[in-house]
Amino acid sequence: MTVIHDRQSNPAAGDEDRPIGYGRIQRKEDPRFVRGKGHYLDDIVLPGMLHGAILRAPVAHARLVSIDTTNALAHPKVVAVITGKDLLGLKLAWAPTLSADVQAVLVTDKVRFQGQEVAFVVAEDRYAARDALELIDVEYDVLPPLVDARKALDVDAPVIRDEIEGRTDNRIFDWEMGDKAETDAVFAAADVVVSQEVVYPRVHPAPMETCGAVADFDAVNGKLTLYETTQAPHAHRTLFAIVAGIPEHKIRIVSPDIGGGFGNKVGIYPGYILAVVGSIVSGRPVKWVEDRSENLMSTSFARDYIMQGEIAATRDGKILALRTHVLADHGAFNATAQPTKNPAGFFSIFTGSYDLAAAHCSVTGVYTNKAPGGVAYACSFRVTEAVYLVERMVDILARKLDMDPAELRLKNFIKPEQFPYANKTGWVYDSGNYEAAMRLSMQLAGYEDLRREQAEKRERGELMGIGVSFFTEVVGAGPRKHFDIVGLGMADGAELRVHPTGKAVVRISVQSQGQGHETTFAQIVAEELGIPPEDIEVVHGDTDQTPFGLGTYGSRSTPVSGGAVALVARKVREKAKLIAGAMLETRPEDLEWEKGRWFVKGDPSVGKTMAEIAMGAHGTIALPEGVDGNLDAEVTYDPPNLTFPFGAYICVVDIDPGTGQVKVRRFIAVDDCGTRINPMIIEGQVHGGLTDGVGMALMEIIEFDEDGNCLAGSFMDYLIPTAMEVPDWETGFTVTPSPHHPIGAKGIGESATVGSPPAIVNAVVDALAPFGVTHMDMPCTPARVWAAMQGRARPPI
Amino acid sequence: MQISMTVNGADVTSEIEPRVLLVHYIREVLGLTGTHWGCDTSNCGTCVVLMDGQPVKSCTVLAAMAAGHDIRTVEGLASGGTLDPVQQGFMEEHGLQCGFCTPGMMLTARALLDKNPHPDDAETRQAISGQICRCTGYATIVRSVQWAAAHPAGTGLDDTAAADTDTDTAVPDVTAETEDTEVKA
Repeated sequence: MTVIHDRQSNPAAGDEDRPIGYGRIQRKEDPRFVRGKGHYLDDIVLPGMLHGAILRAPVAHARLVSIDTTNALAHPKVVAVITGKDLLGLKLAWAPTLSADVQAVLVTDKVRFQGQEVAFVVAEDRYAARDALELIDVEYDVLPPLVDARKALDVDAPVIRDEIEGRTDNRIFDWEMGDKAETDAVFAAADVVVSQEVVYPRVHPAPMETCGAVADFDAVNGKLTLYETTQAPHAHRTLFAIVAGIPEHKIRIVSPDIGGGFGNKVGIYPGYILAVVGSIVSGRPVKWVEDRSENLMSTSFARDYIMQGEIAATRDGKILALRTHVLADHGAFNATAQPTKNPAGFFSIFTGSYDLAAAHCSVTGVYTNKAPGGVAYACSFRVTEAVYLVERMVDILARKLDMDPAELRLKNFIKPEQFPYANKTGWVYDSGNYEAAMRLSMQLAGYEDLRREQAEKRERGELMGIGVSFFTEVVGAGPRKHFDIVGLGMADGAELRVHPTGKAVVRISVQSQGQGHETTFAQIVAEELGIPPEDIEVVHGDTDQTPFGLGTYGSRSTPVSGGAVALVARKVREKAKLIAGAMLETRPEDLEWEKGRWFVKGDPSVGKTMAEIAMGAHGTIALPEGVDGNLDAEVTYDPPNLTFPFGAYICVVDIDPGTGQVKVRRFIAVDDCGTRINPMIIEGQVHGGLTDGVGMALMEIIEFDEDGNCLAGSFMDYLIPTAMEVPDWETGFTVTPSPHHPIGAKGIGESATVGSPPAIVNAVVDALAPFGVTHMDMPCTPARVWAAMQGRARPPI
Repeated sequence: MQISMTVNGADVTSEIEPRVLLVHYIREVLGLTGTHWGCDTSNCGTCVVLMDGQPVKSCTVLAAMAAGHDIRTVEGLASGGTLDPVQQGFMEEHGLQCGFCTPGMMLTARALLDKNPHPDDAETRQAISGQICRCTGYATIVRSVQWAAAHPAGTGLDDTAAADTDTDTAVPDVTAETEDTEVKA
């Protein structure tokens, strides 16, 4: 495979030939997982443990008239039944969300979405808890539901959040970025303006392991140990201290092995709180594990953006400006996970990879009778939506101008010398060489040959489509002065300790859900200290054992925590230098570093290895002035900026003209995430994200009927790609390091999920060009593609 | 009711409710938690175990129905202290990330290779199509199975040493596969 190494000026750049910390090594996590010895939430069994189950609302919008729990309580194995009324007494009926709203833990006044939590049963075993749910009688007074976000602001729309004093409508927020007047002026003067409503439908991250918790409240010492499927254990500890009123030092959150997160496991769900209440009430540990239907119907959805896009350009294809208004459906409670000042996340990155004269976006968030969520599923805080919009609009413009979509992009890219590049909505892109990545992708795809093949096939009436997308991600939130989650600055801590025998343990604040942190964080330390990765233990997921930090989502682990780990290792290296100086009876400034060893300048034979220094640091040597014993350090890393990885994707689809079935025949993905820590793990991240893209573009959608019934509450209806729906992926890479990151690395985890849906949809629309189709909304299922071919495509709700 | 079966070569007998699902019996009664539970509609396949050598979704089998049968779970995949080549293949080819689908995937792969020692990519994809993985995008799982096919049973790592051994990445012998086409089931 052709590889372009654009090392630019950063000598820290890694590549296949000289990767960070041993590069493509096997994962330290794998031996336990392939033996069935992982330790996931539902594997936890504690003495005396009870099981909880949630009774959920059968309707989308209804007054709660009464709940009768008599029969359930009479069940011989039932220990407790908790209702909203019980929680009101504990001041736990409502809990704060990550968006300064509140969410009902159990219904007290009315149901606001189908599947909402109504009562919680605690019983001796899993089966009995479910039996008891059937014994609870609930009377509802059904209200008209609000399902279509487009009608949320109508004067006669039912007001969903009427419990909020003075609230008379369903508007959550209005937010805008960019210069509206400047943008309008550019549009007014432009040769060509193209408009299109682009819907990014509601989908769901659907990790293979659902959400769950085991709560163990020790009434004697007042300590709560809470095992949770959480991507952000430290933030959860703080929130539990605030919500439940338990002192923070008496809360220990443990996040065990997690069976995938994808943003689904960032927030605090009612089930977690109910497990805690159950444990306090019963005096015994309580396990709650949701089933798949509960996961799909009640936990964080993703997307659901209705975007009115407009793009302005000159007749010869110079893109001038973009503007959009977004209607964002947030469901019944605004529980969207994003930094406090960013109610639409990082959607303002919608200017993409292009050098524009002006841009403006506005977003209106509304309540509907649906489950809460929005930010999840590898979206990097709404970057999926932003990239999808701009990459669809550029493609529509290409069609309008009768230009090749790859050529139009090449013509408008931000150029390498323009970085750091300040876009029109306030982002400063760190680095990029877009043209190199685009050319490599086209070369790997054989782009010209593909276009020739397509022309031939069109002659024969065959439907082949080629879709291009080029994206700029924004990951690694982020600088504390700009980004916080419920007041917690988005920095990450790291602690590193080298044991006397030279083995090390690094404690991190982020939490892997399969991304390989136990391996790659050891590799970063290995690179910095010269200790082999197998001699470095990575500890994460236990708030009693790890430094504070904000957790893993938004592809922020490498940018923030990875930076922290590199810096803490350098701090240890500097301390080692002082100790080595004492051991060698020489001034530290006369020492030189080679991987794993400090030696005397000009005399490489005289030196001390990290193991020797570690023994010295713990031993009896006379330590230099100001140096305490042991070989350890800690840091908190506040990144100066986010990282902006990018990628060039090309998708080839074939469509069956008789059935509308889309087959992804080839997918070429060139990614650039700067310095590459472990190429094998990066490739795996990309493959997974590309599969998400196929799912969203062709199969996945959470739809509702007019009564507010969720129509995708199981894997029978919510379709996820299997091995049969995806091709063997073709990947390539370039290396453009982040100049501000300690090892030049950028995040990568969400890039493919962000970048692939527009490539696939662009390919589908390209294939359907003979039918005059210029746009269709996801998912491009056979039925919808067939409808589009008849000119009857409709947007999803 | 009382049931008896063989699980990973050992005879087990338990008193259970007739309604107990095999997946819950394996996980909660026998304590073998490598078998997972990922959906409630029999789609995801994280609960796949081998029953008399055939992959079955243990969420869709009552424990009582497994009485008298031979069950093999991920914990019984390594034999005689040696990892199954499938287990090693998944590590070599990065066929897992979060690890949640892995036990089921590996057992299906084992059943496939027992029937067809050299499946091609399409046959492999077909075989695992009853199982969902959210992390890997499947390509590396297919490569993992190919790795196992190229490394027959008995050549795997010593289970006790596997965690510390750094083996070279082996590439399946494509020529051998082609030659063996006629012996495919």
